[in-house]
Amino acid sequence: MPTSTATRPSDDLTRDDRLELYYFARLTRDIEERLAVLYRQNKVVGGLYRSLGQEGESVASAYALAEDDAVAALIRNLGSLIVQGIRPRAVFTQYMAKGTSPTRGRDLNLHFSHIPDAGGPIVVGPISMLGDLVPVMAGVGLGARMRGRALVAMTYIGDGGTSTGAFHEGMNFAAVQKLPLVVIAEDNKYAYSTPVSQQMALARIDQRAEAYGIPHEMVDGNDMLAVYDASRRAVERARHGDGPSLVGVDTMRMRGHAEHDDMRYMSKPLLDAWKARDPIARYHAHLVETEIATETDLAEIDAMSRAYAEAEADLAEAEPPPEPDTVAAGVFAGDHFQPTVEIVYSPFREKRGTPRHAPASEAGS
Amino acid sequence: MAVITYLDAISQGLRDEMRRDENVIVLGEDIAVFGGAFKVTRGFLEEFGADRVIDTPISESGFTGAACGAAVEGLRPVVEFQFADFIACAFDQIVNYAAKNYYRWGIPMPVVFRGPSGGGFRGGPYHSQNPEAWFTHVPGLKVVQPATPYDAKGLLVAAIRDNNPVIYLEHKHLYRRIKEEVPEDDYVVPIGVAEVKREGSDLTIVTYGAMVHESLAVAERLSREGAECEVVDLRSLSPLDRDAFLTSVRKTGRALVVHEAHLTGGFGGEVAAIIAEQAFDALDAPVTRVAALDVPSPFAAQLEDAMLPTEEKIYTAARDVLEY
Repeated sequence: MPTSTATRPSDDLTRDDRLELYYFARLTRDIEERLAVLYRQNKVVGGLYRSLGQEGESVASAYALAEDDAVAALIRNLGSLIVQGIRPRAVFTQYMAKGTSPTRGRDLNLHFSHIPDAGGPIVVGPISMLGDLVPVMAGVGLGARMRGRALVAMTYIGDGGTSTGAFHEGMNFAAVQKLPLVVIAEDNKYAYSTPVSQQMALARIDQRAEAYGIPHEMVDGNDMLAVYDASRRAVERARHGDGPSLVGVDTMRMRGHAEHDDMRYMSKPLLDAWKARDPIARYHAHLVETEIATETDLAEIDAMSRAYAEAEADLAEAEPPPEPDTVAAGVFAGDHFQPTVEIVYSPFREKRGTPRHAPASEAGS
Repeated sequence: MAVITYLDAISQGLRDEMRRDENVIVLGEDIAVFGGAFKVTRGFLEEFGADRVIDTPISESGFTGAACGAAVEGLRPVVEFQFADFIACAFDQIVNYAAKNYYRWGIPMPVVFRGPSGGGFRGGPYHSQNPEAWFTHVPGLKVVQPATPYDAKGLLVAAIRDNNPVIYLEHKHLYRRIKEEVPEDDYVVPIGVAEVKREGSDLTIVTYGAMVHESLAVAERLSREGAECEVVDLRSLSPLDRDAFLTSVRKTGRALVVHEAHLTGGFGGEVAAIIAEQAFDALDAPVTRVAALDVPSPFAAQLEDAMLPTEEKIYTAARDVLEY
């Protein structure tokens, strides 16, 4: 069932909220730009998976969550983690396989979790088998409901990932159980090298939801406020017991699958067309046009973001690699494992001294 | 103490844990209203309600993933696969997700995967398999396979309280066939501890699951013929109690490894390798294995009986090892 788009939750965003959204998108891009430099310097271990051109949808969708909701990001959803407060240093240490990374050098890039004992954002780490996180996050919603928490679980899936059986099983399970799940389905035009036309015979990715009888809508994924509005509507439905929703975002992966990918299969006219629709540049222009911010205001945020990303990268670079004799520790629960993910607040939130939304435990029914 | 079946022991252990800990939930196909294909969860829906006893769609991957997610949120789910064969549909979520999470992030994953397994009752290729070796190869998973009602209850309680994913394989052929006295009160059989089910000085039979009973019958028969077998029931395959069978083999000098699963790549190969590596000097005969033929589980009785290890096959192999 296509959902009503009558409400515009973004109308309630304050100036600081709007600037914070810009800052998060900017910081996401700056972290990845810095990672690209480290990659060229051979300091990134393995591949680098950019979200260039998609930062806006990750940031804006996660911004619709409350602070202690749960999010499961895929490798191109760095922006969602930044919104939920994951310190950038953690991301750099992951990419550089440091012994002090959240996984202590056991897993790569955004494959890490942050599951606090009480309060704070819940980040459920991904695995490489796409689709698997959909049932997992349905289960997080099930667990939260049983424990009496009005928590919302959000996860992402690309156009390729929606072809998996796990995606279908997870969506269907969430639908019949009416679980508080929001799935952001990203049509970013390619799954590695395979175009969307070879993933599905549907015109729009959100039509996948028709099979589950749940609300869905399709939005311009490079319009940050549109993504925020659709995500927020879905989050509110989930929080109030109305079950899962799927938000389709129309966007474009502006780089190859990874930095080592020569992109020869990608359509040049398509890339050119989407370059003009860059989500950060568009949002920047919107903020200036609507007189929410001046060019000077935004330049200050740009400088602050770039400096922060560089400082965090430098800190991570100085961290030690893991000790080889730690290899066998922690195969089974019970062995000591010190969590190393630090949650930080943006300058905008620190200024306000409050989370951007009411915590999940106080909201909803 | 009441005499109860293996099936009732599983049911009792599960019910007791659900009464003790409200975070324990069960989910699977046809387990709520119907009480499960084998009735392990009969009456659970009435006692614990639909929030904790969940009938799922036919989607093993889906509800296995959901159980892992619920575990992240602090629950201790017990997943029932209608038959262990169907665990293959959830293989990815178990071996790639549940098994590796603690090593990657330090996040406990207290989920029990119950799989009614084993042959001998004409279930055919998809209702008869013994899939333990699929999982013993995966670091981060615990694998248990009880042979008796006492162990079935005690291992299930231990599995539910464990902070790791546990593959709990219950043998369908033992469900109503094996009875014994089982304490009604709370106890656990620790995971990773084998038990000597019968002492003997001439031959060690290392076994687990349904084959414990066949092996004990062989030991009885050989005893009448003057040879004393020591029967070691592994109970847990991962983690494995190596000392239990190594100590026995060092005493008897002869080892026969018996399981109902296929021979090639079966867990018996691991046991045999450990004995060869660590007790070679003590051996008076080659370590010998008795297992199912390397063929899919056939349906007809004549074929299935020819495929499975039987008391007669174990007896013949035991005689060969004793007379080597």
